[in-house]
Amino acid sequence: MTTAVRPARQARPTRPAWVEKPKPVTQAGKAVAIVVLLVLVLVPFLVIISTSLASNQEVVDNGGWVIWPAHPTTRAYRQILDGGIVTQALGVSVGVTLVGTLFSLACTTFLAYALSRPKVFGAKPVLMLILFTFLFPPGMIPAFLLVKGMGLLDNYAALIAPVLINVFNLVVLRGFFQGIPEELYEAARLDGAGDWQTLWRIVLPLSKAALAVVGLFYAVSYWNAWFHASIYMNSDHWPLQQVLRTYVIGGAQIADTGASEAGMVSAPQTTQMAVLVIATVPILIVYPFLQKYFTKGVLTGAIKS
Amino acid sequence: MPTVTENRTGGGAVKPPIERTNPPNSRKTSGNHWWKRFQSSRTLVLLMLPGLAYFLLFHYGAFVGNVVAFKEYVPFDGLWASPWVGVENFSRMFGDADFWHATWNTLAIALLQLVFFFPVPLAIALLLHSLTSDLLRRFVQSVVYLPHFLSWVIVVALFQQVLGSTGLLNSVLGDAGLHSVDIIGNPDAYKPLVVAQVVWKDAGWGTIIFLAALMQVDEQSYEAAAIDGAGPWRRFWHVTLPSIRPVVVLLLIMRLGDVLSVGFEQMLLQRPTVGPAAGEILDTFVFWQGLVGGDTGYAAAAGLFKGVVGAALVFAANKVAHRLGEQGIYK
Repeated sequence: MTTAVRPARQARPTRPAWVEKPKPVTQAGKAVAIVVLLVLVLVPFLVIISTSLASNQEVVDNGGWVIWPAHPTTRAYRQILDGGIVTQALGVSVGVTLVGTLFSLACTTFLAYALSRPKVFGAKPVLMLILFTFLFPPGMIPAFLLVKGMGLLDNYAALIAPVLINVFNLVVLRGFFQGIPEELYEAARLDGAGDWQTLWRIVLPLSKAALAVVGLFYAVSYWNAWFHASIYMNSDHWPLQQVLRTYVIGGAQIADTGASEAGMVSAPQTTQMAVLVIATVPILIVYPFLQKYFTKGVLTGAIKS
Repeated sequence: MPTVTENRTGGGAVKPPIERTNPPNSRKTSGNHWWKRFQSSRTLVLLMLPGLAYFLLFHYGAFVGNVVAFKEYVPFDGLWASPWVGVENFSRMFGDADFWHATWNTLAIALLQLVFFFPVPLAIALLLHSLTSDLLRRFVQSVVYLPHFLSWVIVVALFQQVLGSTGLLNSVLGDAGLHSVDIIGNPDAYKPLVVAQVVWKDAGWGTIIFLAALMQVDEQSYEAAAIDGAGPWRRFWHVTLPSIRPVVVLLLIMRLGDVLSVGFEQMLLQRPTVGPAAGEILDTFVFWQGLVGGDTGYAAAAGLFKGVVGAALVFAANKVAHRLGEQGIYK
């Protein structure tokens, strides 16, 4: 049975007839290159996750590193998620990501839709105005002075409003909306639908893939942001990435873990790695959903325009 | 109105009545007069407003704040009441060795990135494109895209944990009885290190545009070349490369136009580990002078200088592209 199936599968012309069969050396070279790529990307993740799950003793015995924990424990996680700084920062990150993504996606969609329709009053100058910001960003100091002048210091709005719309995402969505056949708009209009109803009933349901990609892009960028938090927010309102920055890159101890004193404190290495993992996990969770759309040309089509 | 009911019931015969009655009609209402056009699209104009307000406030409004570059900023007086100092901030900047040092670092890192980062995505894309197994290709793609979505904080932390003095690499070297290597915090190793980080984070993601270009190459050109006796190498040279040249040129131009930006967050995170002599770039110079040092007007001058030169470079790069007969970023 299997012998009958296998040759048939191999005979499937994945390689056109005119392509010569690659030399074994080439094949081996490619295999090595692929393995090297995979190892370079994946091994750091493996080590970080393993170390975060190891016991203190094991980490110390191994000179600070564990490739595979002998006795996995979630103690480092329980400790930092026990109501201390990391727990609070996690809450800030989740909140800013959810609210920010919602506002960003809504405003981007509205603007992209208006700019994608023909003969809209003011659409051309507005588009020029927006594309010009790409060429000449306002600069760090003026942006800071503006946020300060608006009284937004230490306000979570300072983490969202200044980065509300990303021009690239706007262009992606606008391109997608423009790709919807004009007949559908015409049909909606004949059915008596206004522009708002057309957006809601025709355009949005047809654009789920594009909206998902843009929404996930926004979510990832809100989750990963830390610079604005570092200049606008007091340290008790920091998101996770900024906490990670001070405690892992800066090397400070995680002072307030919420756990009881000295004896309980985990080896800094395991704790640091646990924070690192917590900051990374949401990305790993949404990643497969993002990945799904890359091949569909949602982005590449827009990049060209 | 009658056409609407007719269409609803009429089903198949939708098109002719629309084309006869509606386009002239809609052209009349949404035609030349701006008030009519506003009237007919006021829902859309309304939808545009939040986004427009954002760009006007946070891009153009903030942009106006660049006047601080011509002032001596006094926090108590605020932006508008602070005294004017003309171009004093700029003349001071041109005589500031630290500023030129930051400029030099920026250009050096940009050059290293151009030489050592730019070809990598193309190479990986060619490798991926040559795989005959769809499944394997998609798996490798998924893995190499991943680092792009991690924050710079995480990437820098990963590099420190793997290459640091007590990191993975050195504990492996130590176990093997070899000398430890000093990479993190070593000013001499800083520039190669930051380029390596960019390669790790974004080389995989960079393949996406090359892969799209490679997919577009006409399969028949390869076949014709093969029939004419061209081996794999000559097919690559005479078919693949010319086909993806516009993309390569476009990306090169974009990179050249953006040569003064070499990754602000990445550099800001690591400047403390190596000090300003090795780690200062233009963006971090602005940050340290203005937001840390409080020398707001001076920092804004440096930022404005960078912005003006950057915009000029984009214009210039685009001009060059047109001269070379390529498309460029805009027309």
